[in-house]
Amino acid sequence: MKRVYVNEKWCLGCRLCEYNCAFANSGMTDMVKALNNVTINPRIKVEKANGISFAVQCRHCKDPICVRACIAGALHLDEDGVIRIDDTKCVGCHSCVMACPYGAIMPSQKGVMQKCELCLQNSSKEPACVKGCPNHAIVYEER
Amino acid sequence: MAINFIEPLYEVVRNQDRCIKCRVCENQCSNEVHRYDSDLKVMLSDETKCVNCHRCVALCPTKALKIVKSDNCFKENANWTQANMTSIYKQADTAGVLLSSMGNPEPLPVYWDKILINASQVTNPPIDPLREPMETRTFLGAKPKDIVKDKSGNIVNNLPPQLELSTPIMFSAMSYGSISYNAHESLARAATELGILYNTGEGGLHEDFYKYGPNTIVQVASGRFGVNKDFLNTGAAIEIKMGQGAKPGIGGHLPGQKVTADVSKTRMIPEGSDAISPAPHHDIYSIEDLRQLVYSLKEASDYKKPVIVKIAAVHNVAVIASGIARSGADIIAIDGFRGGTGAAPTRIRDNVGIPIELALATVDKRLRDEGIRDNVSLVVGGSIRSSADVVKAIALGADACYIATGALLALGCHLCRSCHLGRCNWGIATQRPDLTKRLNPDVGSQRLVNLIEAWTHEIKEMMGGMGINSIEALRGNRLMLRGVGLTEKELEILGIKHAGE
Amino acid sequence: MLEGQFRNPSGCAVAAMISTKGRTFSGEDIIKSIAVMHDRSNGLGGGFAGYGIYPEYKDYYAFHVFYTDSIAKKQCEEFIETYYDIVNLSKVPTRQIKEITDAPLIWRYFVTPLKTKLDAAQLSEEEYVIRSVFKINTQIDGAYIFSSGKNMGVFKAVGFPEDVGRFYMLENYEGYSFTAHGRYPTNTPGWWGGAHPFSLLDLSVVHNGEISSYDANRRAMEMYGYKCTLQTDTEVITYILDYLTRRKGLTLEESAGVIAAPFWETIARMPKDQRDKETYLRNVFSSQLITGPFSIIVGFKDGLMALNDRLKLRSMVIAEKDDMKFIASEESAIRRICKDATNVYYPKGGEPVIIRLEKGVQ
Repeated sequence: MKRVYVNEKWCLGCRLCEYNCAFANSGMTDMVKALNNVTINPRIKVEKANGISFAVQCRHCKDPICVRACIAGALHLDEDGVIRIDDTKCVGCHSCVMACPYGAIMPSQKGVMQKCELCLQNSSKEPACVKGCPNHAIVYEER
Repeated sequence: MAINFIEPLYEVVRNQDRCIKCRVCENQCSNEVHRYDSDLKVMLSDETKCVNCHRCVALCPTKALKIVKSDNCFKENANWTQANMTSIYKQADTAGVLLSSMGNPEPLPVYWDKILINASQVTNPPIDPLREPMETRTFLGAKPKDIVKDKSGNIVNNLPPQLELSTPIMFSAMSYGSISYNAHESLARAATELGILYNTGEGGLHEDFYKYGPNTIVQVASGRFGVNKDFLNTGAAIEIKMGQGAKPGIGGHLPGQKVTADVSKTRMIPEGSDAISPAPHHDIYSIEDLRQLVYSLKEASDYKKPVIVKIAAVHNVAVIASGIARSGADIIAIDGFRGGTGAAPTRIRDNVGIPIELALATVDKRLRDEGIRDNVSLVVGGSIRSSADVVKAIALGADACYIATGALLALGCHLCRSCHLGRCNWGIATQRPDLTKRLNPDVGSQRLVNLIEAWTHEIKEMMGGMGINSIEALRGNRLMLRGVGLTEKELEILGIKHAGE
Repeated sequence: MLEGQFRNPSGCAVAAMISTKGRTFSGEDIIKSIAVMHDRSNGLGGGFAGYGIYPEYKDYYAFHVFYTDSIAKKQCEEFIETYYDIVNLSKVPTRQIKEITDAPLIWRYFVTPLKTKLDAAQLSEEEYVIRSVFKINTQIDGAYIFSSGKNMGVFKAVGFPEDVGRFYMLENYEGYSFTAHGRYPTNTPGWWGGAHPFSLLDLSVVHNGEISSYDANRRAMEMYGYKCTLQTDTEVITYILDYLTRRKGLTLEESAGVIAAPFWETIARMPKDQRDKETYLRNVFSSQLITGPFSIIVGFKDGLMALNDRLKLRSMVIAEKDDMKFIASEESAIRRICKDATNVYYPKGGEPVIIRLEKGVQ
């Protein structure tokens, strides 16, 4: 399946991916309206240390530990390979957050957990982080 | 503190209603113009540091930024302009030679813009490049004087070494050091994909790029930086740089801060030392010396590579070119006074040299008058800005064009003309690793390929319009050009008629 | 304005006929043939070249000269006398007809270079003759040599070709090969020299079309010492052919491959030897490539060559009957003089059709 990959060689740490992610998942049509005076809570996070930067989001593992760790059956691996969360079932126990080795699941403002679902069902229709990356450091491809 | 006489030229205008404080502008500005004030919870800017490179403007996700010319002004004076006054203040402050980058920005005549191209009507059909072959393949190099046939009447191939280009455009010299590794990789990969050539400039060739040798012109300049036997034999051609359009009469200067470990290894000079190439080649004080260097390089490369001699367009360019055409050189490259540079003294850049259009016209004519035009090919550069400029240059008599500023623009350059500061926000004219990584060669090479392919399409459209289906039939075809608003003398030098004639 | 002071593109009709056995016939048929294509010319230029027409002077260069006045004639004759032995001179015979007006003085000289002068010049005889022709045409005001070959002659004027033929009484000449031309210039030529055929030594060219590469070709040829005084395409084509065949020693086939070079994509499909040769020719003789529409008929001592531009933007047809071969812009022009001609053939763009006299024919 096509996944989002990051090449740290080209990641500038500009954090545009975080803002594009937050906007894509805001449900709004204007970035200013969606993000002005808001502390964003994106599903992709840029990690920086010693001059290296790297954007991290869900790897969509083939054998996902988070799904196994979910006590409520809210996380599931769909047939298309995408791991999605059903926020009507999530009880906010943080088990998945603890289990994910990449730190790619985090609580949302609503109290339930959120994660990258590749923007396939939001307004972007394709990963917004990839579309907006100014240096093609983030790619969406089959490997 | 002494009074600061230098006022910022630009204002950073931020639409606070649109700013979402993502701080991309802040983290992308190597000049440290932008900062976030956590008390006020707004982005602020320090305009004294802004060079107007547009990195922040281009990356702002909500388009909240623009850079405008400051309307702060001195009392109006047509003679003592703000630029003239500011220069005085700078020099009174520093006692230094004023430095600038990229080509001459002064409002001197651009002859390309006063030349118009012909098209066929009625007596001769235009040709449609989408439906008929339209050829742009170009060979550069000296042509044999005589045709030799063997006993059975077959022509013997007695061609001196040639360069073959898919389209008559090449990337001109920019050294590794003045521009980044990634910029070089972008140029090398694009040239290879396009079937054209790029040029190492006087900075040697990084070992990683030897594989692009068949599409590389290696340059030998007065500093001899990075020149060795492998270097000479790796390229498709060897260029002797006698001069550069942006700074005729002086050598190059790469500041020590750009001479990083990798650059120092490639140039074969100590790390951190200023790389200063002399004004002349100290083994060339006249034309007969040039001939010796041409043949030394041919000897070193087994007579397999064409030798290019690059000169700046200066007043007596025609006789200089005539001398070079008899020196054994295969190709003459002429760089006009609007050509770019990574660093040049401002006064030289803006006041020395002549326009490439006039230089080209007069050189082509002189070589023909002397019957030696076939001895050499002519390549011209020094602000070729579009496919139309290429068409006009070829119709004036060039075999091919060199572009560099245009190529850098394709890579993201916004002509802020601050290359000499080494803080290029677009990752081009810098060696700082956090900045050079901003130019991903996957992206850069593709953009260069796009540019040259687009220009080639346009060249074909214009050729087709003229009823010409092969680029060689355009070369020197000055009847295809007309001047507008030019004096009799200018028309005479350009060898073209006025529109309406 | 006179021809030569402006560039004058034109459309045209061309025709030619040859006996490959070298049998001679009168110029009457070639007039009939070109007359059929009356609508392809507009009365502003017509002309003919005949080969084998001066057997009694076949070893002498036949200079046909236009003079605007007797001063030019005097100057020119002085020049010719200085450098040549003149064995015969006369007016070119003409017939007064109302369709042809403003005729210049038209004279003919049979000459051979003075040996002492030729030796002193250290030139080949042909180069000597060419230089004399250029010198007269560029330096003697009002004198213009429009034919300079041996045992051949050009006859041309402003007018429809059939009228030009009658004016020159072409029916009185017997030759083994004739070419003809009717011109459709877009501007009024004031000078007869602009009519076709254009000729240098034995080479003559009639041409239909307007070449877009003109100035690239002209400037290249002027570098090699040719003077393009008339600013017509035909003139430069003639010089290119002379340069390639006489000065560079290319065959006519090779020359055709330069003038109407195969496209690179065609060359890429050729066997290696041929590919290398065509690549070499296109590279070395890039300034002799001609683009834009043309159909030309080249007359030379041993035959004719027909050639179209690479895209075949002008019409051209070939046919034959026994030892006679015909070339014309339109088939009707051939049918008019040979109803039952066979092997009608339309050469492809860039494909030279070279018709030579049979071996042993003098």
